[in-house]
Amino acid sequence: MKVAIVRFPGSNREVDAYRAALAAGNEATLVWHRSTDLENADVVILPGGFSYGDYLRPGAIARFSPVMPAVTRHAHAGRPVLGICNGFQILCEAHLLPGALVRNAQLAFVAKMVTARIESDTTPFTANYRVGQEVRWPVAHGDGRYVADEATLDGLEREGRVVFRYVGTSPNGALRDIAGICNEGRNVVGLMPHPESATDALVGSADGAPMFALTAAQAGVREEGVVHA
Amino acid sequence: MTRYVGRVRVMPRQGLLDPQGTAVEHALAALGFHQVGRVRVGRTLEIALEGGSETEVRGKLQEMCEKLIANPVTEDFSIDAVEVAT
Repeated sequence: MKVAIVRFPGSNREVDAYRAALAAGNEATLVWHRSTDLENADVVILPGGFSYGDYLRPGAIARFSPVMPAVTRHAHAGRPVLGICNGFQILCEAHLLPGALVRNAQLAFVAKMVTARIESDTTPFTANYRVGQEVRWPVAHGDGRYVADEATLDGLEREGRVVFRYVGTSPNGALRDIAGICNEGRNVVGLMPHPESATDALVGSADGAPMFALTAAQAGVREEGVVHA
Repeated sequence: MTRYVGRVRVMPRQGLLDPQGTAVEHALAALGFHQVGRVRVGRTLEIALEGGSETEVRGKLQEMCEKLIANPVTEDFSIDAVEVAT
């Protein structure tokens, strides 16, 4: 698979995502946010960091970056998009995912290992996990508390679109312990933890590696390279 | 064209947990301000702009809030616009 990782001014986990994509056997490329094309990538990753210094709200300004119309087209074509941490915040601001991520309930920046549970295996990024599987990934964020109105939360639960949930006490006070969700088409996934920083036992966990080992079938790409709409 | 200053006030949605407001509230109580009830923390933006009329300017500010300045999921906003003497 060809994976494009978008680099915004203030991104800081893009190289982790790049290395994780490469290690899983993909072709990977870093795309500057001013680019208006994604170089025919099969998979797009919006990485973690602090795009535009988190000014106004995390992700609020990045969502208007020149690259975002291409990301939106990619998403609307049903092709896989993964937003990690700041990338998740950008996807919410861009209305590609519902809800918002606000200041952690305890007001403190939280940087630690957490345990999350895989709640759905029917997304391109969780197909290599099983439902109920618990994984250890680090979190590092100040604005990771997922919120949405009750109707939206009920809809997410009903449609099985809560993809990741914190196990035990959530690190940020997220409603219903939500760590990550997907869109209606299930091809756009956002999460606060950092699976890209947990791809080797050497750093404490390799539980993030399977997320980047997408097959063509999982990415919705036919062998001849034609994409399912 | 007339010059205006728009003041946009963005506040966390009523009923949404506002940890910053709660922290300030507790700090004020610790300083002996026992009169203090609920504290909420938002932000104010001052936006200098030109327009043909106050209505037009308010309309533009409304558009800016909806597009960028406020997140409707978590924030409410209010708008004020005053003419600047030239």
